[in-house]
Amino acid sequence: MIRIPCPFCGERDHSEFGYGGDGTIVYPALDAPAEEWVEAIFERENICGVQSETWQHVNGCRMWLLIERNTMTHEIQSVRPAHEGVAKALEESK
Amino acid sequence: MTRYSAWSVFWNGLTGQKGWDRAWRDPEPKAEYDVVIVGAGLHGLATAYYLAKNHGVRNIAVVEKGYLGGGNAGRNTTIVRSNYMMPGNRDFYEHSLKLWENLSHDLNYNVMFSQRAHVSLFHSPASRDAAARRYNTMRLTDTDGELWSLDELKRNVPHLNYGPNSRFPILGAAVQKRAGTARHDAVAWGYARAADQHGVDIIQKCEVTGVIRDGARVTGLETTRGIIKGKKVGFAVAGNTSRLWGMAELGKLPIETHKLQAFVSEPLKPLLDQVVVFGVGGAHFYISQSDKGGMVFGGDIDWYKSYAQRGNLPIVQDVAECATSILPCLGRVRLLRHWSGVMDMSMDGAPFICKTPLDNLYLNAGWNYGGFKATPASGWYFADLIANDRPARVVVNHDLTRFERGVNIDERGAGPDPKLHG
Ligand SMILES: Cc1cc2nc3c(=O)[nH]c(=O)nc-3n(C[C@H](O)[C@H](O)[C@H](O)COP(=O)(O)OP(=O)(O)OC[C@H]3O[C@@H](n4cnc5c(N)ncnc54)[C@H](O)[C@@H]3O)c2cc1C
Ligand SMILES: [Zn+2]
Repeated sequence: MIRIPCPFCGERDHSEFGYGGDGTIVYPALDAPAEEWVEAIFERENICGVQSETWQHVNGCRMWLLIERNTMTHEIQSVRPAHEGVAKALEESK
Repeated sequence: MTRYSAWSVFWNGLTGQKGWDRAWRDPEPKAEYDVVIVGAGLHGLATAYYLAKNHGVRNIAVVEKGYLGGGNAGRNTTIVRSNYMMPGNRDFYEHSLKLWENLSHDLNYNVMFSQRAHVSLFHSPASRDAAARRYNTMRLTDTDGELWSLDELKRNVPHLNYGPNSRFPILGAAVQKRAGTARHDAVAWGYARAADQHGVDIIQKCEVTGVIRDGARVTGLETTRGIIKGKKVGFAVAGNTSRLWGMAELGKLPIETHKLQAFVSEPLKPLLDQVVVFGVGGAHFYISQSDKGGMVFGGDIDWYKSYAQRGNLPIVQDVAECATSILPCLGRVRLLRHWSGVMDMSMDGAPFICKTPLDNLYLNAGWNYGGFKATPASGWYFADLIANDRPARVVVNHDLTRFERGVNIDERGAGPDPKLHG
């Protein structure tokens, strides 16, 4: 079982979380050329090693998280709220 | 090399089994080959075999980082079927099934292909209608398929949970009778032996660590056993495709690597004659019984990306729940082993057999967890592509540009999220 330290709920089993996917993808502007959309939607780096990805604590606080995790060893390097404003507020409240 | 026959089995039985040769050689790599295939899984080995047999290519190497058949080839649940509906899939998998039907004879190796029927249960009128549409479409192009009523299903598969307490009462099943299972190791060994007999060098314990490029061409491969040059190079490395792609500095791919687990129980007396599939809502489960008696089964992938050939416990629980809800009689059966393989999940669930941005590099990938059944056709069309430098009609849309062209081959209709395809 992977244990994910949720910034809001503490360390929990990964089975409480839903998996989003590649956390580095930035969607282009709505009127961007089709190639940029094709790349954002269909193309992946598919890293073997540490990658940034999104998880949602569905059976907990329901927050979306941005997690750095090693895709070979499954070790988690960092966890923060996916929403930057929330991440910042959390940081400041410490 | 000995040709296997009833007579050779009989004769060796009488003479202390002393007359058998090695099934394939263990050659040193040569400096250069006409074609180098990376990956001695089922697809790499089948490709080498058909390159030699159908296209007369000599001087082929298959290089493998571990031992042949040690990847997904030896880890799958061995289901073979052709009940696909989408153009591109239907003709491809039907061709594959036809090749399976004669494979043991073709390879002179018993791959234990057993056409025991593939039975997909349905649990609602809507899923029965969807199955009817799919199976009628298949029948229009001569793939067999039929619907079984509840009575017929009970007669043929008596041990399923038909009780009033079942969470999803069974209404009937969509059945493909020509579908079934085969022995996965035997398929790898059979193709390896047959390819070797055509002079193919299968080089094991030879990991590709770098791809040497000269502009838009591959000139050779750096391996743990030295540099191997190839006039043409093909990748058939399943879950490791993106890593090889990276070595060739080709950027991103419409592929994510996920892992899938499989399970086998202690051996039982004959219990289940068919392959039975259960899928409703989020659940996904498939089961058959091996010739040794073990119940072989599996479910969904582990949901998060992973290169580790190591499964996680939530899926064990999911799969055990499915097993006992479909076949409650398995409740006290012990699990013997479970394991996992890393799969090349594509953005629409369909594979790639295609040319690449490099002139003499070819790609075979994106098999999700359906690449076992695809083996013969995958090797067939990949060999044809490499030999003729153009895709056959059946695989024209199995290329990397299909997404930008709007031609997704999305059998499940799940959209561009690899973890949702099967
Ligand atoms: C648990 C499980 C159950 C499955 N069940 C089914 C099923 O019931 N029906 C079905 O149709 N399909 C099934 N599949 C899918 C099927 O097994 C795969 O799609 C198929 O085996 C992939 O093709 P392959 O055999 O060539 O891959 P592999 O056997 O994985 O071959 C790839 C090879 O490339 C080698 N390689 C990787 N990197 C390098 C490198 N750098 N240098 C040299 N060699 C390298 C690997 O060692 C490996 O041997 C299942 C898969 C899994 C994991
Ligand atoms: Zn939480």
